[in-house]
Amino acid sequence: MAQLFTRDTQAIFWNNNKTAIQRMLDYDYTIKREKPSVAAIVAPTSNNKFEKFFYGADEIMIPLYKTTEEAAAAQPQADVLLNFASFRTAYSVTMDALAMDQFKTIMITAEGIPERLARKMNQTARDKNVTVIGPATVGGIVPGAFKIANVGGTIENIVNSKLHRAGSCGLVTRSGGLFNELSNIISINADGIAEGVAIGGDRFVGSVFIDNLLRMEENPNVKYMLLLGEVGGIEEYKVIEAIKSGKITKPVIAWCIGTIAKHYDSGVQFGHAGASANADRETAEAKNKAMAEAGIYVPESFNDLPNKIKEVYEKLKAEGTITEIEEPELNTVPKVRRSKNFICTISDDRGDEATYAGHPISSVATPDTGKSIGDVVSLLWFKKEYPKWATDFIETVMKTVADHGPAVSGAHNAKVTARAGKSVVESLVTGLLTIGPRFGGAIDGAAQYFKYADDNDMSPKEFLGYMKKQGVPIPGIGHRIKSLKNPDLRVTGLMDYAKEHFPSTPLLDYARTVEALTTSKKENLILNVDGTIGILMVDMWRALGYSEEEIDEFIESGTLNAFFIVGRSIGFIGHILDEKRLAMPMYRHPFDDILYDVEKAEKL
Amino acid sequence: MAQKAIREFDAKTILAKHWDKYFPDFTYAYETVMVQNGSELREKAKENKWLGEKALVAKPDMLFGKRGKNGLVLFKDQKPGDVSLDKAASWIDEKADGKQKVYFSFDGDTPTGEPKEDYLTHFVVEPFTPHSQEEEYYISATCVGDDDVLYLSAEGGMEVEEGWDEKVTELAFPITATEEEIAEKIKANVPGDVAAGDKENFAKFAIGFFKAYRELNFAYLEINPFVMQGNKIELLDMVAKLDDTAGFMMSEEWGDVDYPTAFGMENKSPEEIAVEEADAKTGASLKLTVLKPDARIWTMVAGGGASVVYADTIADFAGIDDLANYGEYSGGPTTGETKFYAETLLDLMTRKKDAQGRDKILIIGGAIANFTDVAKTFTGIIQAFEEYADKMKEVGVKIYVRRGGPNYEKGLKDIKEAADRLGLDIEVYGPETHVTDIVRMALEK
Repeated sequence: MAQLFTRDTQAIFWNNNKTAIQRMLDYDYTIKREKPSVAAIVAPTSNNKFEKFFYGADEIMIPLYKTTEEAAAAQPQADVLLNFASFRTAYSVTMDALAMDQFKTIMITAEGIPERLARKMNQTARDKNVTVIGPATVGGIVPGAFKIANVGGTIENIVNSKLHRAGSCGLVTRSGGLFNELSNIISINADGIAEGVAIGGDRFVGSVFIDNLLRMEENPNVKYMLLLGEVGGIEEYKVIEAIKSGKITKPVIAWCIGTIAKHYDSGVQFGHAGASANADRETAEAKNKAMAEAGIYVPESFNDLPNKIKEVYEKLKAEGTITEIEEPELNTVPKVRRSKNFICTISDDRGDEATYAGHPISSVATPDTGKSIGDVVSLLWFKKEYPKWATDFIETVMKTVADHGPAVSGAHNAKVTARAGKSVVESLVTGLLTIGPRFGGAIDGAAQYFKYADDNDMSPKEFLGYMKKQGVPIPGIGHRIKSLKNPDLRVTGLMDYAKEHFPSTPLLDYARTVEALTTSKKENLILNVDGTIGILMVDMWRALGYSEEEIDEFIESGTLNAFFIVGRSIGFIGHILDEKRLAMPMYRHPFDDILYDVEKAEKL
Repeated sequence: MAQKAIREFDAKTILAKHWDKYFPDFTYAYETVMVQNGSELREKAKENKWLGEKALVAKPDMLFGKRGKNGLVLFKDQKPGDVSLDKAASWIDEKADGKQKVYFSFDGDTPTGEPKEDYLTHFVVEPFTPHSQEEEYYISATCVGDDDVLYLSAEGGMEVEEGWDEKVTELAFPITATEEEIAEKIKANVPGDVAAGDKENFAKFAIGFFKAYRELNFAYLEINPFVMQGNKIELLDMVAKLDDTAGFMMSEEWGDVDYPTAFGMENKSPEEIAVEEADAKTGASLKLTVLKPDARIWTMVAGGGASVVYADTIADFAGIDDLANYGEYSGGPTTGETKFYAETLLDLMTRKKDAQGRDKILIIGGAIANFTDVAKTFTGIIQAFEEYADKMKEVGVKIYVRRGGPNYEKGLKDIKEAADRLGLDIEVYGPETHVTDIVRMALEK
């Protein structure tokens, strides 16, 4: 890979570091990236599902996950991990990520990771051909494509330092602070950088100078390179070797800081942990001298570095290697932005025509569209276009549960309220408010418990034992009068439909084995209509490719009850209109139907 | 920061603590005490009966070697192996009284180079161990490049140091080497000079030693020599460095370990210690080394890299005689932390006037910050100015500021206004000025 990142590169950001992520998104917006550079955030202790960030004046949501595994599975295109874990956990986060084989680049910001751990982590990455930037770094940037976290600082500085579009210098430093400074110097004295990496200040870092310079040698956008080394270590000599052996042919400008160290004993630690000379050839002076001898452009001093950059740049420009860069058009990040209080992800009424999950209403409403209420439910509840077998099933469910006569508690309540002279909506809600664990709730319960039993590979016998221990009658099992011999035709209808149209019905098949056991004990302990609906809904979602976690989430959030609520509202409204039509008087319950057992209250 | 030398006594204590884990086939008596004077040694003899019963050896434990050549190992009174508790105690008191000269390099027995002079404050006392030269061995381990290297020799003590290339076997291991790979390689490479009957034991000991070096996060570990008599081991002399970044996971394993200043190095000043303590408490970084407290140029520079280029540039323009300190603050310190840091520096630099009557120079420098809020950190510096303005004016301080990064315009404006209000002499520059150019401006005047 000749270039570290492209305009399509996406990262997973480990730790919800909002400022750094916002800076990345501001950068993305400024350079008009198509997709945000952060695909997901790993926030191990957060229970939130997403975090809002500004994208220009608008806001976008970036999903949060508890583990790198989950984030990586959900965002398989993200091949960069920005590891912002502390020095205590950065190692294990990196090792976990390396085991996943998804990441091509891992950046580690923590300073002071134990040396043995850092070495092991770096070696493992090298063996897997993964580029590690850091530890103890601010990161790197490919201007105009992708910027890591805080590199370049504020968006104003980024534009001032021409980090918003590719220039022609490949920049490698140890220090993060000086990286930024050099970007600025290069923008003043030349045309900016094409790619840059701060390799990090710790003694053991992943990718070293030579790794980055060899990549830049292959990158056609890089016309010359600038290396800022430090006293200590022998990494600069590897660069000298590469130049001598012809592996690096592009012009290199270099300087090693820390020339002052020669004046003092080793007791003074100048700069980073890695910056300590253990031998003469590790001093800044020796390295500067050796680099100059190898034909590298070495200035007189750091203060003289700008002139050297200008000199090399002008030379390459005169030779025609570097041509004038056309300044791209940029977006401007607004100075004042207001965070939105509400979020809507299902419909939008701002355009010409309101949409349901991106579909204009007219495209799903009229009969000629071939779309049913099941399609509308799939769009507005699940933000997906379900296939016909699924939308037909949804509709079948709603039709099946629409009414169950006037005697059930919900319908009764609605009728009593209507007779008290209340409106349709008031009467309807009294009916709806009855829906819960005892009325209609068996759908949720059946889905939940049967799925739990199936997920845990319980035999029907074990499942019965488990439910007994829980002290809960099995939801979805049992009917007042119906039995295997006298089946509930609603249930038969649902099952027949599923058998014919579902790709498969694993949970229903399991439930039938449970039913076989319960009915052997008592005739009427059949799978009832609530149970069948709950179980088939799980089978439907499984067939549609939802993960078990997503299905559990549907169950937990009460989605199954929602089918019952919508369906049964049709019935309730029927009963209410019936009362209105009949103009029935206020209802009063007869005395003789109430057992009065009132004792005089004791005085305490 | 990273690798730190520890006392011989602490190194032995750490190994002794984990002895059975790494050396289950060997015994080590761990008869060693560390004392600062003779009476402390006599006091220790109450618990450690062997001090009164055995012939002793005493030597300073101050992070320097060549103690024998410097005449700082007590192992004989009249003849080798006759040092009593009283003799050891009086010898320690004698050596601890007044500064001692120590040479660090020798040509044969003749010292070369300049000695360092300092007080001897810590001594180890151990039993005298009679043994033959053949029972002495050498072992050490450290990290070289990307690998761990184990050094083994059948000869210990001076012998090995003087004939390193011929006498030492070097075994390099990648960081990812497994225990099995390591054991196999050591077994196959026991130095030829180790007696045939001792080879197996030597390999066992070396395997345990290297495992301890790896697992206990030593950065350097040397025993020169150790004495092996069958299954009995004596650690005669040890040198060790720990990787202190591993401290958070090694607190149990290392116990209470000390990182002393090397002999002859000036002890840290209270100000340096205060900054060190503040640094340990924050996620940001605060560093200070006072080089010459009476010198004229003081630096308060943000960032590890920038602080070095400022120091380089000062040395280039003025030499190092005028440079009073080295230090840096970075990683987004709070206003309070910056105020503390600035006050520490201002306090130090305003204690005395310049001997030649010149103004002192304060360089408040820094590169273009990535994420540190410049205005916020400058607020801390301004608060310190307010405290020290009078003293600064009395001594005469000229301030040069150069900084960029988040909120830098406000930071520069604030510091200029504050200095003007307080009557301080200041020049302020932003990212349009080359980072170290204020050094030139300050020194060309």
